[in-house]
Amino acid sequence: MNFGDRQGKWVVDEVKVPDACGLSGFINLDGKRIGGEIVRESMSVMRERGNGLGGGYAGYGIYPDFKEHFAFHVMFEDDSGRRICEELLREYTEVEKGEGIPTRQKCEIVDPPILMRYFLLPKREKLESENLEPDDFIVQLVMKINTQVPGSFVFSSGKNMGIFKAVGFPEDVADFYKLESYTGYTWIGHGRFPTNTPGWWGGAHPFNILDWSVVHNGEISSYGINKRYLEMFGYKCTLLTDTEVMAYLFDLLIRRHGLPIEVASKVVAAPFWEEIDQKEEGDKLEESLRMVYGSALVNGPFAVIVGFSRGMFGLNDRVKLRPLVAAVKDETLYVASEEAAIRQICNRPDNIWAPPAGEPVIGRLKGDA
Amino acid sequence: MAELAVDSSNEQSIARIEASGMHYQEINEKVRSLIEQGYLRIVLEGVNGQRYIGDGLTSNVDIVVNGVPGNDLGAFMNGPNIFVNDNAQDAVGNTMNAGKIVIRGHAGDVIGYGMRGGKIFVSGDVGYRVGIHMKSYADQIPVIVSGGRAGDFFGEYMAGGILVLLGIGYENKEVVGTYVGTGMHGGTMYIRGDLKDWQLGREVRVFSIDDEDKGVLLALMEEFSDDTTVDVGNLEISDFLKLKPFSHRPYGDLYVY
Amino acid sequence: MMPNNFVPSEFIVNVDHQRCRRCKRCILNCGFGVFDFQNMTTADSSKCVACHRCVIFCPEEAITITRNPLAFKEHASWDVRLRKAIWKQAQTPGMILTGMGNELPWLNIFDHLLIDACQVTNPSIDPLREPMELRTYLGRKPEKVSVSNSNDGFEIETPVENNIKIDIPIIFSGMSYGSISLNAQRALAIAAERLGTLMNTGEGGLHNELYPYANNIIVQCASGRFGVHTEYLNAGVAVEIKIGQGAKPGIGGHLPGEKIEREISGTRMIPVGTDAISPAPHHDIYSIEDLRQLIYALKEATGYKPVSVKIATVHNVAAIASGIARAGADIIYLDGFRGGTGASPAIVRDHVGIPIEIAIAVVDKQLRKEGIRNLVSIVAAGGIRQAADVAKAIALGADAVGIGTAALIALGCRLCQKCYTGNCSWGIATQRPELTGRLDPDWGAERLVNLVNSWATELKEILGALGVNAIESLRGNRERLRALGLDSTTMEILDVKPAGR
Repeated sequence: MNFGDRQGKWVVDEVKVPDACGLSGFINLDGKRIGGEIVRESMSVMRERGNGLGGGYAGYGIYPDFKEHFAFHVMFEDDSGRRICEELLREYTEVEKGEGIPTRQKCEIVDPPILMRYFLLPKREKLESENLEPDDFIVQLVMKINTQVPGSFVFSSGKNMGIFKAVGFPEDVADFYKLESYTGYTWIGHGRFPTNTPGWWGGAHPFNILDWSVVHNGEISSYGINKRYLEMFGYKCTLLTDTEVMAYLFDLLIRRHGLPIEVASKVVAAPFWEEIDQKEEGDKLEESLRMVYGSALVNGPFAVIVGFSRGMFGLNDRVKLRPLVAAVKDETLYVASEEAAIRQICNRPDNIWAPPAGEPVIGRLKGDA
Repeated sequence: MAELAVDSSNEQSIARIEASGMHYQEINEKVRSLIEQGYLRIVLEGVNGQRYIGDGLTSNVDIVVNGVPGNDLGAFMNGPNIFVNDNAQDAVGNTMNAGKIVIRGHAGDVIGYGMRGGKIFVSGDVGYRVGIHMKSYADQIPVIVSGGRAGDFFGEYMAGGILVLLGIGYENKEVVGTYVGTGMHGGTMYIRGDLKDWQLGREVRVFSIDDEDKGVLLALMEEFSDDTTVDVGNLEISDFLKLKPFSHRPYGDLYVY
Repeated sequence: MMPNNFVPSEFIVNVDHQRCRRCKRCILNCGFGVFDFQNMTTADSSKCVACHRCVIFCPEEAITITRNPLAFKEHASWDVRLRKAIWKQAQTPGMILTGMGNELPWLNIFDHLLIDACQVTNPSIDPLREPMELRTYLGRKPEKVSVSNSNDGFEIETPVENNIKIDIPIIFSGMSYGSISLNAQRALAIAAERLGTLMNTGEGGLHNELYPYANNIIVQCASGRFGVHTEYLNAGVAVEIKIGQGAKPGIGGHLPGEKIEREISGTRMIPVGTDAISPAPHHDIYSIEDLRQLIYALKEATGYKPVSVKIATVHNVAAIASGIARAGADIIYLDGFRGGTGASPAIVRDHVGIPIEIAIAVVDKQLRKEGIRNLVSIVAAGGIRQAADVAKAIALGADAVGIGTAALIALGCRLCQKCYTGNCSWGIATQRPELTGRLDPDWGAERLVNLVNSWATELKEILGALGVNAIESLRGNRERLRALGLDSTTMEILDVKPAGR
């Protein structure tokens, strides 16, 4: 992308900013909605893992009144960007409701951008004229705004879910966004430790496209080829962060290529040939996956928690260079960087374990939930 | 899709493939499978433009093609006999090693490219660049006989084998284009008709027909006539010219060291 | 009476007669007939090519070879090389013939690219003790896989087939029997088998003795069709259509008749003593759809083995490669303008084509732009001199590299560039039995295995430093390269940032 498109003082990270992080997420498989203060509580014990330069959350099930609409969370540098963006939204979508995202004045969070949310649907005639499915249409619209509209950034675009993120410690970010006023069946939190000072809120996690939200710990050494691979499929990696690549990869593999999460996990955290060669003759799945999806192998240390419309999963890299702990209590699945983050909100889990390298821990809403 | 119809009542073990509209890959799979089943003669009906018929086959099966086969008929072929009851397109017998291809009609460009053995008989005309890179090896002597005329670059780079142009119907007309045998460094051409010096490549010379040539030509013409039904009875051997290269090393003085 | 030869000897051979024990090994060893013996060892310096065979084999270290110190009047425009060429051509009309790769000091882009390494934020990996994967599959791959859910897990609906598995992304380039000796080809074949990689017949056919190595051999089908028959086509793991060669884009090959002795005649399937002419064009390929025709003729003849198309890298290489991919090729073999040859007009070798680095960059970019990168594997060759070049070529987007000159140097080649004379003292580029007999295939194979394994270790070390443990994470990862001293347009073409950014 050409950052020259963006005018004014809003400086997007011009170099890739490495970061380290703490993650925590949980899902209630019955679809029972839980207050946002719980995930804040979980994140609070991992303060050491961040440095106050980025925190954020994803909540699923938080907009039941608009559950069929795409909920856009957008940050604007100033009113001029907002005017252009809203014009674009009016041109391409039916905006059911547009309003400011409620925030609390809090001294720890400084210099916030204009934060708006829009509940919208693609205009039918635009879908027809561009011959696109609604999901693909929304992906293109988000790419368009984020690369072409000065001082505008869509940081959340799924249905019945939302991203809340800022420069600051996770607890302060939760307080800023009044997270306790939302209830959701899945919550994912993130505390960031970037190696230099990003001047921009968009760089905080989670990263989102459609219903996919990714929080990520680690740095992707294969970033360059993952990015070029995604570009073949029309994704524009504009944010120069590893995590964005991760979100798009899951969108491509799971939504567009129809791979089950378990199989997509074998792509991004591929087993070693040594292991694949032990497979029975005729079991060609993993060999074929590596042949076809070599450029989608995410190499380097990572642990991620990925939220999607009806579930959540945690995954770490092929040699498990980042920590990840999982636990189950009744109908709730927990995944976090540290066991303490789970214990803080779930004192006596039924089961607690460390998932092996490359093996996803998946929680899916029950059929009727 | 056309069905495979096998006429098993015929004691000669003939199979038929209704090939109309069929993809070449399917035709060749069926042909290979019929050969494995022991059929000695396979008739392809309704062929029109399907490429690679007989490609890479090594058995001694007979394949009859009714229709116009596509390019690369009998490419890399090593044994079969193919009879085409119509015209053929380009690249017949590409790098063919053994076997025979008979075209009862005319054929296109680049016939018998790199051919090392076997025979190609075309009752009518052939196009440009015919017999390019033909080469003989050990007891293999590839042969192309065309009943009519040929285009330019006839026998270019020819390193072995025999090219024959009968020129039937082109009496007192040009039977071949220019650059005949350019780069030729082996083999023999027999051309019935007149040749101007300027038509010849720099590497060939014209020789008169001797008794040995006469024997070769008469035998080939008889076989050609049997296969193509073209009447060669009134052709005079004395009307043929023989072309041979005068060097096995045409480009020896091209370089300094 | 004017002297015939205006060109002074390039080297001076000096024999230290006090050290010389008169064993005559030098006379036996020199393929170029430099030495003679009349009471003492004498040397005709005018024949010396500096191949060092005599120096290495002299037991007394009595032989030294120096550059002829003869001074030429300095002239920046009229390089001595140019003056010598004019003297030669004024003496004998003809093109200057030479061997091996481009010898002019063009900018070498590999030497202006730097590789990244990890520090702190993302970790490096210890390649000596942790898994480090180089395995590569060459061939066409689907854009995606389809998976079905079965009782005991997930199953792939259509496994990816028709790919060639190589354990190391380094294969041996095509060098024909005829241009090199059978013993050199034997060494390459044995080494390819031991390394789990591939050798390539070149366009000279496949000698009967090499058929046992066919699982590690790509057979070539070039314009001359030498030795091309059904058994040959089906012997190897893939067939390569040779359109062009980096050392001589647009120029054919030509093995003179005097080199076509009995064994070569048998392998090429042409009579003894006949010139083997391999013209630049395939006369059945005058357009991209004709290439498709030949690709599928070969696939039909081989039960659909992968087909590689080898081209010299020329200005429009990206569009050509795209056409080749769409014509049905499974592998595109790009041969850069530094690629070697047994014989080429110097004028073409030194002035035609473009560097492999640029070609990889634009081909990979174009195929990605068109969304067809998965249709073909890219093998890059022509100027791969060391493991760092391998890493850079792969980072630019190659799936694997081909090495020819490097392999020959491992076998003893001194780059004297006289391959076309057939006098190679090292038994490589010669068919003279007394010379070829010197190259023991097992000895040669061991040296090749040592070389490639050394490069593989170095490659793993680089991957470890980059913090990745599989070669596919380096492949096309230009983010891990930086340019030093390249102009901005070249960097833009390479899609590589300058160092410091």
